[in-house]
Amino acid sequence: MHPWAWWAWALGVAAAVSMTTNPLLLALIALGLIAVILLRRTDAPWARSVAAYFVLAGVIIGIRLFFQVLLGGSVGGTVILTLPEIRLPAWAAGIRLGGAVTAEGLAWAVYDALRLSVMLLCLGAANSLANPRQALRSVPAALYEASVAVVIALSVAPQLVESTQRVRRARRLRGGTSSGLGTVTAVVIPVLADAIDRSLRLAAGMEARGFGRSRTGQGTSAALTAMLAAAALAATVGVFLLLGAPEFTAAGAGMLLAGILGTVLGLRRSGRALGVTRYRPQPWTGRDTLLAVCGATAAAAPALATASGRPALFDAFNPSVNPLVWPTLHGVMIPVVAMVLAPLAVTSPPGASSRRVS
Amino acid sequence: MIRFDDVSLTYAGASGPALAGVTFTIEEGDLAVVVGRTGTGKSTLLGAINGHVPHFTGGVMAGEVTVAGRSTRTHRPRDLADVVGWVGQDPLAGFVTDTVEDEIAYGMEQLGTAPAAMRKRVEETLDLMGIADLRARPLADLSGGQQQRVAIAAVLAAQPRVVVLDEPTSALDPTAAQDVLSAITTLVHEVGLTVVLAEHRLERVLHQADTLVWLPSGRRDAIVGPPAEILLDCDVRPPLAQLATALGWHAVPASVRDARRRAQRERITVTAPTDAPISRGPVRARVSDLRVAYGSTVAVNSVSLDLHGGEVTCLMGRNGAGKSSLLWAMQGATASTGGVEIDGTDPRPLSAARARALVSLVPQTAADLLYLPSVGAELAQADRESSRPTGTTATLLSRLGADLPVDADPRDLSEGQRLGLVLAIQLAAGPGVLALDEPTRGLDYAMKDRLAQILADLAAQGRSIVVSTHDVEFAAAATQRTIVMADGDVIADGPTREVCTSSPVFAPQAAKVFAPTPVLVASELFTVAP
Repeated sequence: MHPWAWWAWALGVAAAVSMTTNPLLLALIALGLIAVILLRRTDAPWARSVAAYFVLAGVIIGIRLFFQVLLGGSVGGTVILTLPEIRLPAWAAGIRLGGAVTAEGLAWAVYDALRLSVMLLCLGAANSLANPRQALRSVPAALYEASVAVVIALSVAPQLVESTQRVRRARRLRGGTSSGLGTVTAVVIPVLADAIDRSLRLAAGMEARGFGRSRTGQGTSAALTAMLAAAALAATVGVFLLLGAPEFTAAGAGMLLAGILGTVLGLRRSGRALGVTRYRPQPWTGRDTLLAVCGATAAAAPALATASGRPALFDAFNPSVNPLVWPTLHGVMIPVVAMVLAPLAVTSPPGASSRRVS
Repeated sequence: MIRFDDVSLTYAGASGPALAGVTFTIEEGDLAVVVGRTGTGKSTLLGAINGHVPHFTGGVMAGEVTVAGRSTRTHRPRDLADVVGWVGQDPLAGFVTDTVEDEIAYGMEQLGTAPAAMRKRVEETLDLMGIADLRARPLADLSGGQQQRVAIAAVLAAQPRVVVLDEPTSALDPTAAQDVLSAITTLVHEVGLTVVLAEHRLERVLHQADTLVWLPSGRRDAIVGPPAEILLDCDVRPPLAQLATALGWHAVPASVRDARRRAQRERITVTAPTDAPISRGPVRARVSDLRVAYGSTVAVNSVSLDLHGGEVTCLMGRNGAGKSSLLWAMQGATASTGGVEIDGTDPRPLSAARARALVSLVPQTAADLLYLPSVGAELAQADRESSRPTGTTATLLSRLGADLPVDADPRDLSEGQRLGLVLAIQLAAGPGVLALDEPTRGLDYAMKDRLAQILADLAAQGRSIVVSTHDVEFAAAATQRTIVMADGDVIADGPTREVCTSSPVFAPQAAKVFAPTPVLVASELFTVAP
């Protein structure tokens, strides 16, 4: 699968998640994400990062609950327990330490933290399913230098770790008794010297193999740079208007669209000045389009439900916490969960798809 | 193909020129070998071919270097990338991507080769270098020989007309080196490629060389000609040149085969040299049932050995056979199970300072031990670390014959000088057992002779010395006992003369010439030649 297709799907699901606080739906989406990650990830190094996202999601829920209990205001009337309250001086009047812990407050904190955690899980899914190097290979040609820098950084990091281990091990050979600052210089200086040597040799190697030879000569013109900057600015202002000023929605959408169009054209144009070709670029297939459409559909369902203006639908996606009611599922949520699980049908298991067999 | 026209080069801040008045021509399809003592400007000369020197390194150049009609004055290395391919000493440091296939395609991507042509050339290059089965492997997981072959393939895929290699086999075991060099000679003969390479272990390439470019030490120019002529008065003496001198021949044989034929034609018979029985000292290091494992990989598999005082022992075997792991485990710096006793004490639970007073190790990358800004500071620090009176290490250093300027930066020293410095620092602790991991990398013949002499002196003082090396000529000249390892096991252990002459892989050239008579080095012929 194309790495950007995975990202489109994951971002679509994340957008859907951002529009709901229904814990039942969030739990279903999380289970769906986990199923997709476990069934579709390879044993590549980047795929092992998913555990870190689970830990982070747990930590977010924990921290949110802790602060709700400690600082939470008295929302609702169902008091579960009362902590001893610490009176703060008058200048901190808005903050309350301790006091009553209500079921409504706790429910709201859990819903909110759950939403953030599941969004994080979406990013974790994209990170573990899409090959980052493949993703960088398919950035626009104009961003070529930037992607090379990232690729080199990706391979330098493990080399630095290796060289630190080697030098630390060698410390014992020389006695390694000096303490404090001495130890630091004894490890850092050989490692740094090694890293600098290595990067010089890498730069020499890249130069000898023709890196940057088609870049110079004409270069990117100043007008093109100005156009790119203007387009990026227009897109930013457009997003700002869309989100922040409801009365300018049409203008915002227009600016955003113009900005994106300008950026794409600019990148195309400056990419053409670069005579670099790509070896076996990952093709964008029909299945990739399907996967991206799944993500868009997942986001569209709650967006349409909210925009429809029907209170029953809105309440289903955003269950009330005050008064506290048991959240329920609604038929309109079925497409969301279905779209989360869609990669299981759209993509093939890693054994068949991850290896680039011709 | 390559023309140097009165080239002189002075680096910024250097007291004298690195090259001066170098003029020569290398014809298309030649395999030219650049020879010279350490520090005579071999790397500078190689770098000048693709403009790396001075465009990348800085320095002032006079004269002109022309490759395929393009002058490096007007062309930077990147503009010559389609004509000159350049392979450095450490292939891993020059890799830009992370898998074999992508690395091979990288150069072509830069040159803007059409995707369809690129696809075809990647396949052809993979087959040409015999690495098709490695195509999807991460570069970091490959062995040294495989990495070097990928580096050469990556350069070849761009279809240059000249390939420049700076010591392509310095880190490889004899078999892997042979693989890489035979791949290179195939290219010269089958594709008509022009190859220029520098190599310290001349015996590995000499028989394939068409031209030698000799940089005599003390002068700064180059002398170019066919190997047999140049070697007669060259200050770099490969084993066959030493043999020719010992036998009074006026031409240096190009290969073992030529030398053997001539020796038979002239009915030169040698009697087997007999080693004076070594006065073996007491056992200084005893290893019993030693095992080193990294995760599920077993590096050393229950090895038992005794090392005696007064003896220089050589450890040989493929890359990854467990030689380094054995040395590190003996020092106690790598975790191991089983028994290690140095002079009756196990170094592993001891503090680092006490362990190195028992057994010292000079690691493969000796520079890892150096971290101070000057030689003088390193020497003083070594005195403090070993609790010796001030000046002990400096005295040791001068006794090793390496009088280094005290204000020099250790990182600017040559390989040989740096080895001397680290050796002095490690000897300051007064260890009874000294281990050296691959000390001959980057040393020329004269420096290796010097190292052999130093090791013999240290052993004569009662120490036990163990050296791991890929260099069979050095092993033959410097050691009395040889241990061969494979896959973590000891597969041969005996007197060097016996082990090194029993199989062609580990045999020095003199042994191959006079087989089955077990001659190890040419100097033995002075006493036995008729």
